[in-house]
Amino acid sequence: MKIKVAIIGAGISGASIARVLSKYENLEVHLIEKAPDVGWGVSKANTALIHGGYDDDPDKYPMRAKLCIRGNRLWHQWVKELQIAHVWNGALIVALQEEDFDELERLLERGRRNGVPEMRIVDREELFHLEPGLTREAIGALWVPIVGQIGPIPAVIALVENAVANGVKTHLETEVRGIKVEGGEVKGVETNNGFIEADIVINAAGLHADEIARMAGIDYFEIHPRKGEYFLFDDDVPGPRRVLFPTPTPISKGIVVTTEISGHLMIGPNAQDLPPEKKEDFATTKEGLEEVWEGAKKLWPQLPPRSKVIRTFAGLRPEPTGGDFIIKAEEEVWGFINVAGIRSPGLTSAPAIAYEVAEIIQRDLGIKLVEKEKWNPYRREITHFFMLPPEKANEMVKKNPSYGKIVCRCNNVSEGDILEAIERMKFIGVKTPSVDSVKFRTKATTGTCQGSFCRPRIVQLLAREYGVEPWKITLKGKGSEIGIGDVKALLRRDEA
Amino acid sequence: MEPFPEIPMLGYDVVVIGGGPAGMAAAARAKELGLSVLLLDENDYLGGILPQCIHSGFGIHYFKEELTGPEFAARLAKRLVELGVEYRTAARVLEIRNYSDLEKVVIFTSPSGVYQVWAKAVIYAAGARERHAFEIGIVGDRVSGIYTAGEAQTLMDIYGVLPGKEVVIVGSGDVGLIMARRFALEGAKVKAVIELMPYPGGLARNVMILKDFNIPLYLSHKVVEVRGKGRVQRVKVVKVDENINEVPGSELWIEADTLVISAGLVPAVKKLKKIGVEIDPATGGPVVNDRLETTVPGIFVAGNSLVINDLVDYVAEQGELAAEGTKEFIDNGGIESRKWIKVEKGSNVRLVVPHYLSGERDVYLYLRVARPMEDVELRIPEIGKRLKLPVVKPAEMIRLKLKAEEIQKANKKLTVEVVKA
Ligand SMILES: Cc1cc2nc3c(=O)[nH]c(=O)nc-3n(C[C@H](O)[C@H](O)[C@H](O)COP(=O)(O)OP(=O)(O)OC[C@H]3O[C@@H](n4cnc5c(N)ncnc54)[C@H](O)[C@@H]3O)c2cc1C
Ligand SMILES: Cc1cc2nc3c(=O)[nH]c(=O)nc-3n(C[C@H](O)[C@H](O)[C@H](O)COP(=O)(O)OP(=O)(O)OC[C@H]3O[C@@H](n4cnc5c(N)ncnc54)[C@H](O)[C@@H]3O)c2cc1C
Repeated sequence: MKIKVAIIGAGISGASIARVLSKYENLEVHLIEKAPDVGWGVSKANTALIHGGYDDDPDKYPMRAKLCIRGNRLWHQWVKELQIAHVWNGALIVALQEEDFDELERLLERGRRNGVPEMRIVDREELFHLEPGLTREAIGALWVPIVGQIGPIPAVIALVENAVANGVKTHLETEVRGIKVEGGEVKGVETNNGFIEADIVINAAGLHADEIARMAGIDYFEIHPRKGEYFLFDDDVPGPRRVLFPTPTPISKGIVVTTEISGHLMIGPNAQDLPPEKKEDFATTKEGLEEVWEGAKKLWPQLPPRSKVIRTFAGLRPEPTGGDFIIKAEEEVWGFINVAGIRSPGLTSAPAIAYEVAEIIQRDLGIKLVEKEKWNPYRREITHFFMLPPEKANEMVKKNPSYGKIVCRCNNVSEGDILEAIERMKFIGVKTPSVDSVKFRTKATTGTCQGSFCRPRIVQLLAREYGVEPWKITLKGKGSEIGIGDVKALLRRDEA
Repeated sequence: MEPFPEIPMLGYDVVVIGGGPAGMAAAARAKELGLSVLLLDENDYLGGILPQCIHSGFGIHYFKEELTGPEFAARLAKRLVELGVEYRTAARVLEIRNYSDLEKVVIFTSPSGVYQVWAKAVIYAAGARERHAFEIGIVGDRVSGIYTAGEAQTLMDIYGVLPGKEVVIVGSGDVGLIMARRFALEGAKVKAVIELMPYPGGLARNVMILKDFNIPLYLSHKVVEVRGKGRVQRVKVVKVDENINEVPGSELWIEADTLVISAGLVPAVKKLKKIGVEIDPATGGPVVNDRLETTVPGIFVAGNSLVINDLVDYVAEQGELAAEGTKEFIDNGGIESRKWIKVEKGSNVRLVVPHYLSGERDVYLYLRVARPMEDVELRIPEIGKRLKLPVVKPAEMIRLKLKAEEIQKANKKLTVEVVKA
């Protein structure tokens, strides 16, 4: 008999765990997510960095210190297996005054303890060689070549596609509302879609992991949201070649200036603590954005005019009591594993978190995991028309004309890309069609015009492929429908 | 030296990019002048944004008749067909390459394949894009119910979808006002039109729409924040002072499920920038001479890619002019002029095109003022030109004809200014 595992939360943590656990013959893995699609929690809005692992103090935060560097190393392998867009461009932690070097020395020392390779302090000359556009006030930096960037939601999607291909079952739009515990053992989870039986429940619910833990009777930690806001600029604005950090303060890693993987200059985040009840508050604020602007200017003085902003957004870090990741099998409730408080560097650590969980299952729950004879580590990236050289594109079009038709003009996303995205949405069980699901898979609507040309056409394609009326297509799930009816809907009701 | 030996190659004198009114007029004229021409548009239909503009108000100058957008487009399309102009729809230009003055390659994709076209000249008429909520600094929740005017118009008039029922409109230009009427006609409640400036942005006849449908107009106000869960629920509006700074304590919230952004258009010229075409920061479009040739020889531009036009008639006119320039360019291996007279902006002139005049031909100057004024004179002191105007408004483009002889009187430059009479 297979051991049933329920993972709560399809963020980067839950998806990584699902992928790793899909390797084992004797597990039946269920991935449960309340949102209509995967990766829409904390994993959706962050700085997208694969951190270097020098930052976390191993005495204070041993889990973070251990998993960050291990996660970084694993990502170097996972991005290849799963064809996740990435760039390994390295980071510079920049000193603007002499005193900053003390902190950089501390980071260097800490990095060495954590096992970070190839770090060193560079002088002014080498610094400008690495990053010509940096503020002239910079006097040196800590250079961490192993730092990189990925697309966080595309990464979650890739992980889930691979997990599903290896037998994991997804339950989207399924909210866990209770955990059944009997005689000190978990039996399963109560959801809006009924009871899901499970011998092991893994709580990877991001901002809500404390609530889920309480459902199992575990209440020694709380999670509060810490907001960070960002600006994203048009792709014709020059950005840095490296990830640029200021020298950190005790409170924060500081406001980053970077060119994200799609080639857009991005600045942010600030850090603002919110009360625990504000876990749904993803609103941007004037004050927060102002703080980001001022902070970024210190490293990158030639910020473009505001008219070059194409998007602003905010993310919430799930800050746990004590500050370290909480990854353990809870002794009071056999079979209940917390993967909670996965704040930054959670994206970096995710692959390592997943192996840690597999280890916990073996070591602490005493379950011997049996590897599958055939497990597929690979997943093919979705076709991106804009990445194809003309002769390749021509071949694609000859086979399937929809690849020749451009829908998103800013990013040259074709109808074929979008139809493929819809197929992949269906493959992992997306039931409510949304423009955001297409956006995160194809990059449509993320360019200069932010979708004003292509959104209506994407709506049309979704409506056709899902067989629903176009106005019922959503932007991001139920309650965010694109329209209220056909164009005469209001008039007709008036007459009736 | 084929750039892509493995994809099919076509050859024409001129490729026109964009099948809106500018591109259609350009292609038709180029054909009439005896050039071989290929017109490309990415949409499934010709007409650019006209097919979605189902109101009337098009063509009074060009066709001497008031038409709707689709009618205007249909007339031009008919002319194309009668002339036998080759065109392709669902054909998106991906890249323009400039090998030399008379050697351009345009790469496009379409459902029948990816192609390269060799041409001697290119007329770029790709239109404009709209400014969106992020660009104008609106903060708040990520919700549905926020549309640009053109997007809402496309949803309603191309796809038959009604976006919402309680609407706030940002911007009182013609596009915003026309969308206010459009929503009102479908039974939606337009709760407010919010205008940053102290005066309305649209033509007087369009401002009348607000009275007709009882829609409040908030001048010197701006939308700063949107709130909602899933969908827009309310928007925050604040008053601004003469310097466009927010007035503290003046916030008000308007309940609405829909926010329509009509905050102006920006010429879509990224592809031109990539090949080194110089851009005028005032227009957002290329710097051009009196044949509408850009700073890269053989690349011509017309319509909203050149400068944001409020009248489609001027757009079509520019298309024809660009075609004539192209003909001259191809016949003579370049636009050769003995001297270029630079057009400069004087008092209260925000933008003016073309930027360089040869004095060899009559031209139309298209210009916009920076602020509204009454009883003014438009002057070009270098040539003693004076024109009385009762009112000028930033929203209304002024079109001024200059004769070749007049231009020739200038030495190096012409200064266009708008001053009190
Ligand atoms: C501003 C900011 C910047 C950051 N920058 C970086 C960075 O550069 N590098 C880095 O490594 N890390 C970074 N992080 C941290 C990183 O984003 C997180 O650690 C990581 O995304 C957490 O992933 P997760 O899977 O644990 O949580 P989530 O992504 O939130 O996943 C949890 C999922 O659980 C679901 N869920 C919740 N409750 C329930 C329920 N009751 N039933 C069913 N499903 C439920 C949610 O919908 C969600 O999808 C940053 C975070 C923020 C906010
Ligand atoms: C709501 C609204 C109301 C209006 N009302 C009036 C009015 O009452 N009277 C009036 O005279 N004018 C009006 N106008 C203005 C008028 O419609 C425009 O000035 C005119 O349509 C601009 O024409 P264009 O050819 O420059 O651009 P467009 O009409 O935008 O055409 C450009 C075309 O190029 C295509 N294209 C772009 N890039 C590529 C590429 N790479 N490859 C292939 N194709 C490409 C586009 O898809 C598009 O079809 C209105 C405009 C709007 C938005």
